[in-house]
Amino acid sequence: MDKIRNEQIRGTVKVEQFGDKAREARLRWFGRVLRRNRGYIGQRMLEMELPGRRRRGRPQRRFMDVVKVDMEMVGVKVEEAVDRARWRQMIHCDFQLLQVTVRDALNQAMDEELERDERVFLLGEEVAQYDGAYKVSRGLWKKYGDKRIIDTPISEMGFAGIAVGAAMAGLRPICEFMTFNFSMQAIDQVINSAAKTCYMSAGLQAVPIVFRGPNGASAGVAAQHSQCFAAWYGHCPGLKVVSPWNSEDARGLLKSAIRDDNPVVVLENELMYGVAFEVSEQGLSKDFTIPIGKAKVERPGNHVTLVSHSRMVGHCLDAAAVLAKEGIECEVINLRTIRPLDVETIEASVVKTNHLITVEGGWPQFGVGAEICARIMEGPAFNYLDAPVIRVTGVDIPMPYAKILEDNSTPQIKDIIFSVKKTLNM
Amino acid sequence: MRLVSEFKFFIVKCDLHKLEEGPPVQAVLTREEGLQYYRTMQIMRRMELKADQLYKQKIIRGFCHLYDGQEACAVGIEAGINLTDHLITAYRAHGYTLTRGGTVREIMAELTGRRGGIAKGKGGSMHMYAKNFYGGNGIVGAQVPLGAGVALACKYQGKNELCVCLYGDGAANQGQIFETYNMASLWKLPCIFICENNRYGMGTSVERAAASTDYYKRGDFIPGLRVDGMDILCVREATKFAADHCRSGKGPIIMELQTYRYHGHSMSDPGISYRTREEIQEVRSKSDPISMLKDRMLNNNMASVEELKEIDVEVRKEIEDAAQFATTDPEPPLEDLCNHIFHNEPPLEVRGTNPWVKLKSVS
Repeated sequence: MDKIRNEQIRGTVKVEQFGDKAREARLRWFGRVLRRNRGYIGQRMLEMELPGRRRRGRPQRRFMDVVKVDMEMVGVKVEEAVDRARWRQMIHCDFQLLQVTVRDALNQAMDEELERDERVFLLGEEVAQYDGAYKVSRGLWKKYGDKRIIDTPISEMGFAGIAVGAAMAGLRPICEFMTFNFSMQAIDQVINSAAKTCYMSAGLQAVPIVFRGPNGASAGVAAQHSQCFAAWYGHCPGLKVVSPWNSEDARGLLKSAIRDDNPVVVLENELMYGVAFEVSEQGLSKDFTIPIGKAKVERPGNHVTLVSHSRMVGHCLDAAAVLAKEGIECEVINLRTIRPLDVETIEASVVKTNHLITVEGGWPQFGVGAEICARIMEGPAFNYLDAPVIRVTGVDIPMPYAKILEDNSTPQIKDIIFSVKKTLNM
Repeated sequence: MRLVSEFKFFIVKCDLHKLEEGPPVQAVLTREEGLQYYRTMQIMRRMELKADQLYKQKIIRGFCHLYDGQEACAVGIEAGINLTDHLITAYRAHGYTLTRGGTVREIMAELTGRRGGIAKGKGGSMHMYAKNFYGGNGIVGAQVPLGAGVALACKYQGKNELCVCLYGDGAANQGQIFETYNMASLWKLPCIFICENNRYGMGTSVERAAASTDYYKRGDFIPGLRVDGMDILCVREATKFAADHCRSGKGPIIMELQTYRYHGHSMSDPGISYRTREEIQEVRSKSDPISMLKDRMLNNNMASVEELKEIDVEVRKEIEDAAQFATTDPEPPLEDLCNHIFHNEPPLEVRGTNPWVKLKSVS
């Protein structure tokens, strides 16, 4: 049985919630009444008190009671009704774009791809009956059963190898690592068995597999559970590596990854799972994919380019908002894909802004930022740089547990702002 | 009322694998031992429940895997070995940190991430260490080869010490464990492999994860015993038996402790989606390790009700005291951020979040 949420239907036909529309109508009428001449019967009605005693029990709500609550909800005051145009604008209830969490986006993407192609199946620890350790695969086992959604024992090397073998024999597995920290147990299968096989067989043997799971720092999970693997996987030819930031990224990139005939590593982020973003109608369509290997300019700007991936994109946008108040316009690029790296988009931006800052959660040495620096230096954009590229990264230490130490181990918004001002010599 | 100074109890016979005979079916418990086990198990129980409380108040964060229900294992094992022996376990480690010499204050302060923590606040719940106690390990199964390595060092250094190497029923399906079995057996390492089978690996019951749930037999060529992990005397006698086996140069041995955890896998798991409340209640009422010991001692005049009550009161106070410390001790200083990357190393410079932040690291 297909579950289509009300918000989705409303979003598709662009209709607001009835209650919101009714509220707008009430406030519109209220404004009209207030603007009429004094003594208008409608105005007298607003404050009218009926003679006699009220009935027992809960007092009936009168029009003004309801309107007072409406005005509070919308955030207007009685005095503002005088200005008709402004009043109309403020009470207008806009049809809202559908808000989807990253978790739901991933869930829907997998659901749709499982439905579309029988060869697709999901395996991993707790993905079936537990609904996923982070609930990303919620409802899928109930819908598709044991054959398509498989709970594995705690045997990463084993089940990753099994997944790769299944891919070689014609299926299209999604292999979930509970976190990418545990993928280290299986990394030989990812690199030696999945990534290199197409090349070693001279194109004879494809490996259409997706490895996905949360990557990077979470909150208070300490050193062994907080590593970012973007640099490690991004290092290897034969692999594609994507790192979605928002819900649209998650949907589009996961769908592309599943449809891709090559091994794709999808680096999600646990802290982003619960964050909701607006997704356009187009983004909700069952065939919506985002091309692997193309970055997106999330925010245009003229003064400095900020390049980032995953959760840090949000930090960059926040920093850009703060800097905009001081007249500094940052161009924020969401890499979306780590490998292949979209250098062209970065170069085009550097040519415009002449300043580049890379922001990542992982360690600095041999990292994503380091690669971007090298590629910029090797290409035409180098001559357009007015200052060296700056890398904002995690601190070069294993992740500590204590909150104050953890907070100081990953890039904060203030670090990005500081770096921007430094590079612009402010 | 005169209290007896010791009593001989009958204990359940262990299932044996590749062993002619097993641990004795009778165990002598002295009054002192009984009171000490009782106290330690109560401290462990109360400490875990306090951690539950603090986690719900968001004073403890991240991962927190609680041990209540399994106290007989940690206390029983320690009773069968010496502090000079070695021990390593996985992430459900608070109980072992205690039996291996950590104080409740240090443990709780580590959970709350303060400078008074046993790892100075840098490790958290899953990374607590003490002398001859190698953690506290977050990667499932990885501690098993580590434990065999410790056993190798024991044999190498010839001090007649051994290593107790713990893992769970979920971890028992990790490949590296089988690699370890092979090498430990080939090289006759003094290693006691102990599988704490609490019936569930996170949300997966043993039947759904293992083709063979006879974990004490999974070592194939390694002798094994299956032990009632809720009975502290069973655990102690089995551990003594296993320790003798290792110390006599016969090589490794496997123990499977059948036990149960009352809490879910971690604090983010309610623990009732894959098992019933009735099951948890049944274990609590019929097989609780602390109740079992208490009943044994009271029924056989080994201790008085008042004595045990007094211990309870003292334990409660100790936990409150530790919790107070854990919540008021300050967080680690920022200067400590980059320290302890290396051992015995001259100070080095560490890159901060941007090229202008140069931090200092000392050993």
